[in-house]
Amino acid sequence: MAERMGFFTDTSVCIGCKACEVACKEWNELPDDGFVFEATSYDNTGALGASTWRHVAFIEQTRAVRVEGREEDVDRWLMSSDVCKHCTHAACVDVCPTGALFHTEFDTVLVQADVCNGCGYCVPACPYGVIQRRQDDGRAWKCTMCYDRQLGGLEPACAKACPTDSIQFGPLDELRQRAADRLAGLHADGHTEARLYGESPDDGVGGTGAFFLLLDEPEVYGLPPDPVVTTRDLPSMWRWAGAAAVSMAGVVAVAFLEGRVSGNRVPTGRSLVGRVLGRGVLGGRGLGGRRRW
Amino acid sequence: MRRERAMVPEAEFRSYYGRPVIKAPIWHEPHMPTYLYLGGMSGASSLLAVMARYTGRPRLGRTARIAAAAGSAAGAVLLAAELGRPERFLNMLRVFKVTSPMSVGSWILAAQGGLSAVAATSELTGILPVAGDAAVLATGLTGPLTATYTAVLVADTAVPAWHEAYRELPFLFAGSALASAGAVGLLAAPHAEAAPARLVAVAGAALETAAGVVMERRLGLLGEPYQLGRAGRLMRAARVLTVGGGALAAVSGRGRTLAVLSGLALTAGALCTRFGILEAGRASAADPKYTVIPQRQRLDARAEPSAAPPDEREPANLA
Repeated sequence: MAERMGFFTDTSVCIGCKACEVACKEWNELPDDGFVFEATSYDNTGALGASTWRHVAFIEQTRAVRVEGREEDVDRWLMSSDVCKHCTHAACVDVCPTGALFHTEFDTVLVQADVCNGCGYCVPACPYGVIQRRQDDGRAWKCTMCYDRQLGGLEPACAKACPTDSIQFGPLDELRQRAADRLAGLHADGHTEARLYGESPDDGVGGTGAFFLLLDEPEVYGLPPDPVVTTRDLPSMWRWAGAAAVSMAGVVAVAFLEGRVSGNRVPTGRSLVGRVLGRGVLGGRGLGGRRRW
Repeated sequence: MRRERAMVPEAEFRSYYGRPVIKAPIWHEPHMPTYLYLGGMSGASSLLAVMARYTGRPRLGRTARIAAAAGSAAGAVLLAAELGRPERFLNMLRVFKVTSPMSVGSWILAAQGGLSAVAATSELTGILPVAGDAAVLATGLTGPLTATYTAVLVADTAVPAWHEAYRELPFLFAGSALASAGAVGLLAAPHAEAAPARLVAVAGAALETAAGVVMERRLGLLGEPYQLGRAGRLMRAARVLTVGGGALAAVSGRGRTLAVLSGLALTAGALCTRFGILEAGRASAADPKYTVIPQRQRLDARAEPSAAPPDEREPANLA
């Protein structure tokens, strides 16, 4: 097993050039996903999807800042290149019924296109809304962290194209150290709003292989503030479903044996259900004594 | 990007241009909700078939065996049609993964479909009655699993209104399945043998209604998607049809007409429930507030002890 590889996307130096989006499309030969004018910002890509594996978000903000003892409104422009998080505990991998999704030797998450049958289960399972089924193709697609380039010892296309090193690729441990240093530097410079997102192995997905340095809360960038791998609750889910299954069998058993009891041994109308629901309701010609049960 | 809703005034939250955080389920109508109905109906019918066999109700047993086999076969066809690559349907049985309710469910459905087909074929042709009885007995296990695994299937997603409802959904689905199978018994079995089907229908309608009420109450904000818009209309229609159908089932011993009306109402109610559940899931995925607010509350609750000053926690105010 090779070292775990990852992305560190430092949004504080992103200039919104979208070179990562283009390089990704070019290298991976991704089809266009429509030419849409969103009319909200410079972002006309919208979101990650089956054919968009890097997405640059643009957030225009006005915030109050204290300058020489008085409040002043200062504009700022946040830009961030989003990507598949390559989770440690990946919901898409867990729920995939065919085994098409798996963790590679680089600990990245990959879809095997020759196995995926397009069931679509991974799509709503992803807590980040990354993976999507391609309409015409019928299979699920997402960022591979350029698995093919990694096999050849190359860095992924987006990281290669990034002119400011906002997107950094490397062994995850090294990136985490680099990110901690960068965060400490920003905090020392007074940018206390800077924070890391996804770097902690203690978060709901066990840490992400692609993590970020953000300058505002995650939801402002369209990221979930506290993502949790859905399968964390799965053992409990199976227990509740098991209880419901047993209840079902119990209900049917009672419904049938009830009839027998009321007809054969217990005087009519004194059976369990008869007493609960009242003779007038289920009795008469329904469960009543004239029947052979 | 800050939004306020009249319904929940305290629910202020931030998002990226109001875009959804997660992707909505792509499962189609009518395939997926109809499968949920058919799987439930098939599973509960199997239980009826088992009990009918061992309590001496051959006509009800025959009806239930046919319903169980037809339900799971039609359901499997719908599931295959739902796939992006239907020709790769058999890849569903390529692995067995307990972490994937769809993988587990595929195996359950394969067993339920095969066993119920054997049971029904033996019943209709009279060939190998022992094998038919053994198969029907085995569906006593696969049946309730077929009817309830689908609740885990939808709950095991990031869709907020589904995931957080994982406790009640199995009981809602179990109740709906019982009502569906009871309804088939009321519609298709001879009146004289249908008494247990009536009881099953009443109990199923009661369970479905109770589970639905408890679910919507407990979910709080996440109960909203089950109450608003198209999902809300479907769920309300389901409630009325199920309660009405259940009440009719309770008195349906008095006449064939009542039994037919009850069976139709319960079937329509079960279908409305399944379509409503899918729609509520979609609605809760489409609006970022259902993803962001509960997660933000979770974070805030965790951060409470340290009590960071608000201006440090939230430095930027959006214009």
